[in-house]
Amino acid sequence: MSNELTFQLDGEDISFTPGQTIMQAAKAAGVYIPHLCWHPDFPAHGSCKLCTVKVNGRFGSSCTMEAQAGMSVENRTAELDDKRRTLLQMFFVEGNHFCPSCEKSGNCTLQATAYELKMMSPHFDMFYPDRPVDASHPDILLDFNRCIMCSLCVTASREVDGKNVFAMGGRGILGRRIHINSESGKLADTDFAVTDRAASICPVGVILVKRKGFAVPIGERQYDKTPINEQVKEPTA
Amino acid sequence: MTFELETAKSPETLRRVAIDPVSRVEGHGKVTILLDDNNKVHQVRLHIVEFRGFEKFIQGRPYWEVPVMVQRLCGICPVSHHLAASKALDMMLGVKQLTPTAEKMRRLMHYGQMLQSHALHFFHLSSPDLLFGFGSDVATRNIVGVVAAHPEVAKKGVLLRKYGQEVIRMTAGKRVHGTGSIPGGVNKSLSTEERAELLKDIYQMVAWSRDAVGIIRGLFEQNLTQYNAFGRFRSAGMCLIRADGAMDLYHGGLRARDIDGKPLFDHFDYSRYWDVIGEDVKPWSYMKFPFFKSLGTEDGSYRVGPLSRVTMCDHIPTPLADKEREAFLAFDGGSAAGATLGYHWARMIEMLHSVESIKDLLHDDDITGHDLMATGERQERGVGVIEAPRGTLIHHYRVDENDQVIRANLIVSTTHNNQAMNTAVREVAKQYLDGVEITEGLLNHVEIAIRAFDPCLSCATHALGQMPLEIAIVGADGTVLDEATRDHRGLTREFGEVREPS
Repeated sequence: MSNELTFQLDGEDISFTPGQTIMQAAKAAGVYIPHLCWHPDFPAHGSCKLCTVKVNGRFGSSCTMEAQAGMSVENRTAELDDKRRTLLQMFFVEGNHFCPSCEKSGNCTLQATAYELKMMSPHFDMFYPDRPVDASHPDILLDFNRCIMCSLCVTASREVDGKNVFAMGGRGILGRRIHINSESGKLADTDFAVTDRAASICPVGVILVKRKGFAVPIGERQYDKTPINEQVKEPTA
Repeated sequence: MTFELETAKSPETLRRVAIDPVSRVEGHGKVTILLDDNNKVHQVRLHIVEFRGFEKFIQGRPYWEVPVMVQRLCGICPVSHHLAASKALDMMLGVKQLTPTAEKMRRLMHYGQMLQSHALHFFHLSSPDLLFGFGSDVATRNIVGVVAAHPEVAKKGVLLRKYGQEVIRMTAGKRVHGTGSIPGGVNKSLSTEERAELLKDIYQMVAWSRDAVGIIRGLFEQNLTQYNAFGRFRSAGMCLIRADGAMDLYHGGLRARDIDGKPLFDHFDYSRYWDVIGEDVKPWSYMKFPFFKSLGTEDGSYRVGPLSRVTMCDHIPTPLADKEREAFLAFDGGSAAGATLGYHWARMIEMLHSVESIKDLLHDDDITGHDLMATGERQERGVGVIEAPRGTLIHHYRVDENDQVIRANLIVSTTHNNQAMNTAVREVAKQYLDGVEITEGLLNHVEIAIRAFDPCLSCATHALGQMPLEIAIVGADGTVLDEATRDHRGLTREFGEVREPS
């Protein structure tokens, strides 16, 4: 149709409707743009920078930048994937990510994205931050070691559950972390429930339903058979 | 048991030969030998010098993560740790009886593990010593040398191990470090296709396992005097035993016998293992020295593993292996059953038993069932014991009301065998090194004694012939008098080549 709005993404015409971001339009068209903090159900946070693309030669976050007719967007170029890989390596060294014994392994967006971008090692020195586990809640375990500060739990708890259980706080690379909104700072002292939207929003292995780890065998986990770039139209947890 | 050669009377006047590292086992192993000016051996110690700390860093972790995490203790027998931890946490969850499918899937996984580990231990790691001779050329004393000189033997070894790995992959999800066993049960059963795939080759595996028993029997017949005497010592022993006295590698009560073969305890409930086993500490090793409490630290050491299991069980519940057990016990008036190298013979009998057990399980329809998990009344603690390839393995956890592990104690097979391996190493040093000029070939005898117990101490050497080895003769004042080094290319500097001052 002559009046259809399109832009070019890696040389391919992508249709969009006014107000859609580049990320939303790409997802609707089934094209994968690597990302961590973006979730289709929530407003863009724009913090992980993994979805950075080049728009008419300039860098921009595809999750926050609105699509414009005729724009030329580079996505899966060697240059951009190289930068994304470096960002991923920084995510891995800033937390304590031990995939071999992590129950989220095979279902983890961070791990699946690292496979997609062929990250072979963390490259940088590990920070080994001290992030104690909060196991106080009867049904939910919080393992902050794996937090990538995407703040999806903050948004989901506030916007969907109406509970405001989580908050981002602190400063600096070792100081910034997720806080629990209770006097004790413990999840058990909030009204958080395993049925909350926030309980199933975490893209990594921080918010975990207790006593369910490793119940799904290897081979049947989300990313075992199909890589993340082929699950663009699949519903995201 | 005497601890002769454990501590020299005047160590300051002696020179020291160190085999460092022997290779990895819960950290690095090292053998030190103290000699006087006439090369007479005065002290021999096997040190485990690296601290692992799994018991500490598992603290605070959720209990369901434990079976997956602690199996990283080992790359050869991770399934044993995976299952011992699962059994301990079954007990913590109050699960007294697994579903038939879960128990049989775990047993299948365990027998697959026994098969691949025993095949690796015998064919890849130990057969070069046995087939070529203890002091043979180091350049060919490895699995590549076996492939060249005995291709049929090597092929059987490699394919037996591969089959075991496939059993593990289909039960645990991966060949190494899988997730199949979870507290309370398993997360998968065998599919019809997987079952058919394994059934296809099982009879070939039975035949080859019988051949393997024949190989080690033949080696004993050919080298009877040497094999019987090599590192020989008398020892107490311990293993798990089924209620009817049969060998059971997955579950049972503890059976122990003293140095004269008299019962110390039998069918002992392992959930209170600390009533009968203590753990002694020595200043020169990070590895503890377990002992039978009734005999005390001086006389209470014991050995575990294939030799203890095969000689202490009343029978093996699969026919071919039981026949081989009888032949082993009867051989030369029972001489092989007390020999350190008898471990290899017993190991091959167990491999045959494992393959026979896999065959039986594959013909059992429960293996494809769908009832995978059981529940029970939660307890504070759990103890899981299993017979790992190298011997009895104990996992013990306490879990708090938040599901976090607050205490862990692991007594692994190598630890049970610590004193026994030290004794074997001393016997070999006394037999072969006392009063003679030391060479690489003679030092290999020391490693052969360790390998009879534990390939974890030798995997780097014989897997690819790449174990870096440094042997230094150190004077009483600490100066290096002579040294030899071996890197991944073989022996590169021999004794007598004077070290350049640094």
